[in-house]
Amino acid sequence: MLTRLHSRQDLEALRKELVNNRKPDKPRITICSGTGCHAYGCVKATEAFKTGVANQGLGDKVDIKTTGCHGFCEKGPIVAIQPGDIFYQQVKPEDVPEILDETIIRNSIVERLLYTDPTTGRKITHQHEVPFYQKQERIIFGSNGEIDPTSIEDYIAIGGYSALAKALFEMTPEQIIEEVKHSGLRGRGGGGFPAGIKWESCRHAPGDIKYVIVNADEGDPGAYADRSLLEGNPHSVLEGLIIGAYAIGCREGYVYVRHEYPLAVEAIRIAIEQAQQLGLLGDDILGSGFDFHVRITRGGGAFVCGESTALMASLEGKVGEPRAKYVHTVERGLWDSPSNLNNVETWSNVPVIINKGADWYRTLGTDGSKGTKIFSLVGKINNTGLVEVPMGITLREIIYDIGGGIRDGKKFKAVQTGGPSGGCIPESLLDLPVDFDELTKAGSMMGSGGMIVMDETTCMVDIAKYFLTFLEEESCGKCVPCREGVKRMRQILDDITEGKGDEKDIDLLERLSATLIDSSLCALGATAPNPVLTTIRYFKDEYEAHIKEKRCPAGVCKALIHYYIVEEKCPGCGLCVKACPQEAITFMGKKKPVVLDESKCIKCGACYDICKLGDVGKE
Amino acid sequence: MDKKVSAIINKYNGDKGQLVSILQDIQAEYHYLPQKALIQVSETMAIPASRVYDVATFFKAFSLEPRGRHLINVCLGTACHVRGAVRVLEKIERSLATKSGGTTKDRKFTLETVNCMGACALGPVMKIDEEYFGQMSTDKVDHLFNQFE
Repeated sequence: MLTRLHSRQDLEALRKELVNNRKPDKPRITICSGTGCHAYGCVKATEAFKTGVANQGLGDKVDIKTTGCHGFCEKGPIVAIQPGDIFYQQVKPEDVPEILDETIIRNSIVERLLYTDPTTGRKITHQHEVPFYQKQERIIFGSNGEIDPTSIEDYIAIGGYSALAKALFEMTPEQIIEEVKHSGLRGRGGGGFPAGIKWESCRHAPGDIKYVIVNADEGDPGAYADRSLLEGNPHSVLEGLIIGAYAIGCREGYVYVRHEYPLAVEAIRIAIEQAQQLGLLGDDILGSGFDFHVRITRGGGAFVCGESTALMASLEGKVGEPRAKYVHTVERGLWDSPSNLNNVETWSNVPVIINKGADWYRTLGTDGSKGTKIFSLVGKINNTGLVEVPMGITLREIIYDIGGGIRDGKKFKAVQTGGPSGGCIPESLLDLPVDFDELTKAGSMMGSGGMIVMDETTCMVDIAKYFLTFLEEESCGKCVPCREGVKRMRQILDDITEGKGDEKDIDLLERLSATLIDSSLCALGATAPNPVLTTIRYFKDEYEAHIKEKRCPAGVCKALIHYYIVEEKCPGCGLCVKACPQEAITFMGKKKPVVLDESKCIKCGACYDICKLGDVGKE
Repeated sequence: MDKKVSAIINKYNGDKGQLVSILQDIQAEYHYLPQKALIQVSETMAIPASRVYDVATFFKAFSLEPRGRHLINVCLGTACHVRGAVRVLEKIERSLATKSGGTTKDRKFTLETVNCMGACALGPVMKIDEEYFGQMSTDKVDHLFNQFE
């Protein structure tokens, strides 16, 4: 049970005690337990560490800590050992005894578990030397690897809630808002609206009851930074929210979090409970007289609920349909009261700004976009993971220096940013500095930080169709342009990918896009054309190949490709014969190439997938 | 009156704003939303049945049909899509003889798709109940299903 803190002095005394109780020289094994590493089986590895430590009688000689996401998901489960910053990757339960014997007892390194730099072939011992981390600036995400998200003590020990204390006891609400405005912090959820200005409008809006809301309904496919922040460092989000509530004048707040993120829901639930016990949340926070309460609401799995008015409707127990925003939510939002909504990452920037000052924060980033941004770098990239970089870094640096380039030696084709509302950026723009304005100029957007890398085997028409299919399904159906327009655009793209495209289709897609942009009720419809418009703008040749030559250059669109056996290479092993669900492939005897009957082929790709020799071709 | 449903409604003090959460809890209990439960929610909480139905059919998390013993979730997020998730899904649909959203005749599996699990490093990735299976390809599917009862 935690003892309630009644003042700022109590908090500082607790921090001192926690720091003093820490033994910096005592070995500490931290195991990444984010969703990614969970999927790799980190739970079993953690159990193995616990049993191993108990069996070898190391209980008082070593600490085991499970933390949130370290970011380098490609190489999970990740284990870091302090002191020494030793970085082990892809750790399996059977590796654990060796780690304990070698590293904990003998103080030596288990070479085979180290990361190998693919360009130099060199083994790397320390986390900070791994190229994936070197160009990052992890001011928001960095603590993830150090703290147990279920321990408020861990957060306090690294300086947690000191920004809240500073805000409550040294600053007026107006000063906080000025500081946030001066910092240049823009909303990380997609729109990029200046956070300080939003806060100010909400503070000035008439009304006694006001709400602050955390938008954790991260729905962009391929984006999971917000989830990892909530899972790994929930108190940083909560601290930002409490500071915001104090600055705006709110006594109640909500965290709206995706139902599909069970670990994140649990992490924020525990965080709220602990903060309440310590008196950092609830009535009379730290004896300041400020009261603030937070509730969690789980989303129901609708993409449109990431939109502020739809989210608020959902919070009221209604279907998540957006409304027109001629009256802003900062004036009339949740239950018709002034409401200030920011996303997870925006809130977690706030404690950093208050602690280090807006002047320091402004040193990071570009003229129009300050600070850092967390991207989920995924797709056909060597180093899949979460990367936090200063605004203004180029796409090339992110993809090649941090991401390690394209998988399987393939050629880069495009990077898609901003989720379904974003666009595809081609190779010619790889030196683009990444910030809100530059991405918008390129026809894409920042969105919630998804960055999906595509190679030569990705068909750009298929990708446009993929996003429109997604948006068609997620359109709430309230306004006609979005409901009907997205559907028609998807049908046109269906035709093109099926070889039924017409030369006028590109023009028609562009005209429909203009209608959607001008007349949709919310941003879902207004940005839905982006994937289509950017692929037409940068990859028109692929559209034309589909329409005029009835050919899919990337070999994706089923109707336009066919599979064949590379006869001169096929050893007749027969693996593909078994794999074919249509019995379209016939075994002709050992060392004789198999024969594929194209009339039976349904182009499922089973033979292509199973042939490890590359003797099934596709074009 | 179903006592479990009453208990769930009471947990939220019958707060109309918590309708989504209440339905989520009922879904967690029964793995779908039985018609009787929806009527009970409507009557107890004085919310028109049409609005309960509205919410129950709007959000993806809800199902009005009973589900299979195991829930398969195939990720169709962008990262998985570019790594060939569609081919894997089509293979699963053939193997189970059911389309996405459907349940096998023996009620063993319900097949659903999800727009991103945020486990992109493992793509194409799928989940059966709470267990993840990464780097999926068409040739791994049948072997995997045989492991489930």
